[in-house]
Amino acid sequence: MTEAFQHDAVLMLEDGSVFRGQAVGHKGISSGEICFNTGMTGYQEIFTDPSYFGQVMVTTHVHIGNYGTIDEDQQSEKVQIAGLICRDFNEEFSRKRADQSIQDYFDKQGIVGIEGIDTREIVRKIRDKGAMNCLISTSELDENLLAERLTETPNMEGLELASQVSTTEVYTLGNDDAAHKIAVLDLGTKRNILNCFVKRDCQVKVFPAKTSYADLAAWNPDGYFLSNGPGDPASMDYAIKTAQQLLEQDKPVFGICLGHQVIALALGMPTYKMHHGHRGINHPVKNLVTGKCEITSQNHGFCVEPEAIKAHDRVDITHINLNDDTIEGLALKDKPVFSVQYHPEAAPGPHDSRYLFDQFVDLLKSSKA
Amino acid sequence: MPKDNSIRSVLIIGSGPIIIGQACEFDYSGSQASRSLREEGIEVSLINSNPATIMTDPVTADHIYLKPLTPESIIEVLEERQIDAVLPTMGGQTALNLAIEAGKMGIWDKYNIRLIGVDLEAIELAENREAFREHAQKIGLKVAPSKIANSFLEGMEAAQNIGFPLVIRPSYTLGGYGGSFVHTKEEFEEALKRGLNASPTHEVLVEKAVLGWKEYELELLRDANDNVVIICTVENLDPMGIHTGDSITVAPAMTLADSTYQQMRNEGILLMRSMGNFAGGCNVQFSIDPVTEEIIVIEINPRVSRSSALASKATGYPIAKIAAKMAIGYTLDELKNQITKTTSAYFEPTLDYVIVKMPRWNFDKFKGSVNTLGLQMKSVGEVMAIGRNFLEALQKACQSQENNRMGLGADKKEWIRTDDILERLEKVGDDRIYRVKDALRLGVPVKSICNITKIDPWYIEQIKRLVDIEKELLRFNVAEDIPESLMRQLKTMGYSDAQIAWIMRIEEDQVRAHRKALGIRRTYKMVDTCAAEFEAKTPYFYSTFDNENESIPTDRKKIIVLGSGPNRIGQGIEFDYCCVHGLIALKEAGYEAIMINCNPETVSTDFDMADKLYFEPVFWEHIEEIIELEKPEGVIIQLGGQTALKLAEKFHEHGIKIFGTDFKNMDMAEDRGAFSDLLKEMDIPYPKYGVAETIEEALKIANEVGYPVLIRPSYVLGGQRMKIVINDHELERHVLSIFKHLPDNKVLIDQFLERAKEAEIDSICDGEDVHIMGIMEHIEPAGIHSGDSSAVLPTYSLSDQVIETMKDYTKRLALALKTKGLINIQFAIKDEKVYVIEANPRASRTTPFIAKAYQVPYLNIATKVMIGANKLKDFEMVNNLDGYAIKVPVFSFNKFPNVDKRLGPEMKSTGEAIRFIKDLNDPFFRELDRNRSLYLYQ
Repeated sequence: MTEAFQHDAVLMLEDGSVFRGQAVGHKGISSGEICFNTGMTGYQEIFTDPSYFGQVMVTTHVHIGNYGTIDEDQQSEKVQIAGLICRDFNEEFSRKRADQSIQDYFDKQGIVGIEGIDTREIVRKIRDKGAMNCLISTSELDENLLAERLTETPNMEGLELASQVSTTEVYTLGNDDAAHKIAVLDLGTKRNILNCFVKRDCQVKVFPAKTSYADLAAWNPDGYFLSNGPGDPASMDYAIKTAQQLLEQDKPVFGICLGHQVIALALGMPTYKMHHGHRGINHPVKNLVTGKCEITSQNHGFCVEPEAIKAHDRVDITHINLNDDTIEGLALKDKPVFSVQYHPEAAPGPHDSRYLFDQFVDLLKSSKA
Repeated sequence: MPKDNSIRSVLIIGSGPIIIGQACEFDYSGSQASRSLREEGIEVSLINSNPATIMTDPVTADHIYLKPLTPESIIEVLEERQIDAVLPTMGGQTALNLAIEAGKMGIWDKYNIRLIGVDLEAIELAENREAFREHAQKIGLKVAPSKIANSFLEGMEAAQNIGFPLVIRPSYTLGGYGGSFVHTKEEFEEALKRGLNASPTHEVLVEKAVLGWKEYELELLRDANDNVVIICTVENLDPMGIHTGDSITVAPAMTLADSTYQQMRNEGILLMRSMGNFAGGCNVQFSIDPVTEEIIVIEINPRVSRSSALASKATGYPIAKIAAKMAIGYTLDELKNQITKTTSAYFEPTLDYVIVKMPRWNFDKFKGSVNTLGLQMKSVGEVMAIGRNFLEALQKACQSQENNRMGLGADKKEWIRTDDILERLEKVGDDRIYRVKDALRLGVPVKSICNITKIDPWYIEQIKRLVDIEKELLRFNVAEDIPESLMRQLKTMGYSDAQIAWIMRIEEDQVRAHRKALGIRRTYKMVDTCAAEFEAKTPYFYSTFDNENESIPTDRKKIIVLGSGPNRIGQGIEFDYCCVHGLIALKEAGYEAIMINCNPETVSTDFDMADKLYFEPVFWEHIEEIIELEKPEGVIIQLGGQTALKLAEKFHEHGIKIFGTDFKNMDMAEDRGAFSDLLKEMDIPYPKYGVAETIEEALKIANEVGYPVLIRPSYVLGGQRMKIVINDHELERHVLSIFKHLPDNKVLIDQFLERAKEAEIDSICDGEDVHIMGIMEHIEPAGIHSGDSSAVLPTYSLSDQVIETMKDYTKRLALALKTKGLINIQFAIKDEKVYVIEANPRASRTTPFIAKAYQVPYLNIATKVMIGANKLKDFEMVNNLDGYAIKVPVFSFNKFPNVDKRLGPEMKSTGEAIRFIKDLNDPFFRELDRNRSLYLYQ
């Protein structure tokens, strides 16, 4: 917070409402779909999650930046959100191990932000009216010009974004003599997913989003993984096609978030755009197989149609959300394939669901045997 | 697993009288648990010896046993009732200890009673420090290096092996009792001796002191299916070294990265799951090295605790209510979030505000005590404040304290000498947070303050922002010059109008007028467990200066009840009992009942007690803004003790209706001069007295009245600074000290009636009739504060003539003071002559006691009379007491090693118990009677 209020920044929503606040981060204009995250820790992990690519983030936790930033917490090589809306942005930070302040971090990466906003009011608006586009400006303050600029922002529905955040080069992580090899179709993967595999004695080879099944299979992995990522899954013909071929072969397949949606689409079950999505680290999920519950990290604005999944004779629902009964996980009855809508790798969030990585590694083991 | 239908009748054990370390948080938990079980159709019996609690009221439980918390009482209950299960986790360590003792005696087995919500082995493991340490290490957690010692020799050896600084923690004690930090060998011997003596098993843990490490508390819930959630993470602003009950704490954690937090969360869950098998709440304390981020576990409490009460109020998640449901078999995923009513109870609350809890101390009540803080808890109460940023919450917490602070500094209590301030930063006292700001104001660098205090630099940097903005404010001379942006910024940072006025040396009203002209007003936000992600139905609000107001007044008729603020000596849980009944009565009378209070340990701040709850400081500026928004019919100030009462004048000035006795008459009762004139006019005797504004006057009056005399400042609570003196020299010293500490105050000098009896009457008056609720005779002689006296209901030795005289005076006085509602009158009786000592036109400390003893809902009746909904003749009030009831004061002297039990006109007890006796041959009564004068001091 700057010591005297300079109303030098504007937030404009698609519904026409305008809010004034103070500029933070880089000077400029930025727009995208507005969304909110209710996590109380892990802002850096959120900002660098490629699934948020193109979205403007509202953080409900009132103080942001308190413990600075640190390279090892990044979930990709850069900040992915299009902009930040927060209540109180802290340049002063406290963490002995931290590299730099959030202000320097944003400034270097060209991220525009606004603070001094009644974030709770914005969240209530999104909750009532649903997801919409918004624009932050910390340079131009003329509302007419900005309104025009806002109309140019594309609608998230039908938007394909995964190929924009996916790796362009194939790369590998983990040891060559690791017990298992996993081919990762990178739709915008978070680093910690890959780390979770590597820690379980796997080598991962990460392929660009538009890699064909044949090219993935050519490496002869023990299993396949479809990552999280941004955008509307229904717009991703290329990935759905790859997934369809993956589901025909017999090696284990695992999907997270966007990867889960792509698997569902490949099985002929449609996805839909949710009213305002799930984004936070406190979402209750029940595992219907074990009867146990887990607190999960979530970030999704699209979801698999529950009626379609219930009607599908090859698919079991494995996980549901206890708040709204949405589908959180599925498994094929006849193949070693499963996927979840939420983020078992956490970062940020609880580690309750890490067992899913073990479950996948077990599948890799048993499919080899 | 759904509800276990074999449990149809449950016994809940309460925590007994309030002592330091075990306060009214257990009234909150017991009441919530009881209501939660009754919702499920379960018959609830409740045992507790504390009559000031709402849990022991018929509105809470089906069967109430106001009995001593002993195995004998338990047997009595079990003989009388068919009980299926006992829930011992809601009454703190007292209840657990009783459950363990009864278990060892085979009582539970004999009556075929199940213990629910608890695993005795887990309790045992948590309490036995050595076993717990081994256990934690076995499951892979780190602990501070330590050694157990059962003898002096073993203790010395341990110290030699581990090295200083060390902590000595006695086993099986409460609130850190008997524990201490030791920096040198010289201090060690004394501390070790004290520790060994404090432990009932003469066992201490000698542990490496991780002074200055960050300190955290996690509140967890576990169900029978082993699902665990973290309800709240609390970060201590004061690092390791100060008991968490004496620390300023903040939620959510402000300085923790996700990776570190998640590791701590994992360890908390692992630990809870590893400790036996029970469904319920639990609290785990951790410490983190600020440099390496290494985590060690400090302790676990496998039960509902003080911090659960705080976590419940901080998040909106009713921990005790849910824990009670889990104890009867429900799993979390089967229950709904009580705030949203639509989402799952299996989730982790998220906050879009900041909580600051600040302890309330009462060192002035314990002469000779040292106000330094350490391992042993010394605070007598606490406040919680909610803000949209840390500074706002912190300043609101200061405003909630009721110690005449206007916020964090910027008032007349600031210090100006650097040396004194630096010394106070090092020797941690109850005022450290204020001294941090003083130091910053005088230019001490943030880094130096961090080095001395070990407080995380983030907090110090935040406080520095206050110092910076105050400098900016000083550029302006009059209120009207303050620009809107600066005013908004100041208010956003939690400044009261009074602080702004003080900085500029102008009048508070000028600041307020300008602020309102600028349109800078409080808005209200909801506490909803979910940061607005889901719609919530509960009307639980706090104020801030953000854009959108969510508290939309209804068009119903409303009355505001003012709460009693933080617990302290002289103002305790009894007033919360009164407030809760006030709320219920208002609802019954068709009003919307609105509560304002800031004490997280209370039942009145449960989100389902009032129609609308404002969790706000009981501080004029906050109250005024709520009144301007809600436009109530009026306010009730008779129920919240002195806290609420002292705001009467403000309400009167602002033309806000006070329900019940009006301000003029209340003021007359409080103003000694006017009151004595009234007594004189009515021909009612009173002790000779005089009012002095100077020492000379005081000496003259004392000699006229004759020593010994009772000296006190006018307008005080709980006999604050009241003293009996026996000669001129003592009088001079004490009067000087009053003038020094309470400037602008007058001194009252009363004739002290030596060896007089004391008695008091509580009554209700509707303006026409007066109903005598009860007459209590004190066992101890005059000179001991009524709160510290054992009061017997009804009288046991006074003559009929004296009783009739007291009744007559009460009736006449109540009518003369145009009382509407409650009035308490205190008497001294000497040689059959009745003197009136004072009249309190409000709910007194003894009103709950009488209501319990006679089983008459007096507070409900009084509230309805106060608001004019009913007359006394509408009620039938039948006294159901057979024999006598004694209100017995309970003290916490053992928390202050150098303080003796000396009783006098200044109140010192922290709580009370009720004891029923059949007749005066009762040994308990006889013992009290024998010792009646023993502790009388000055």
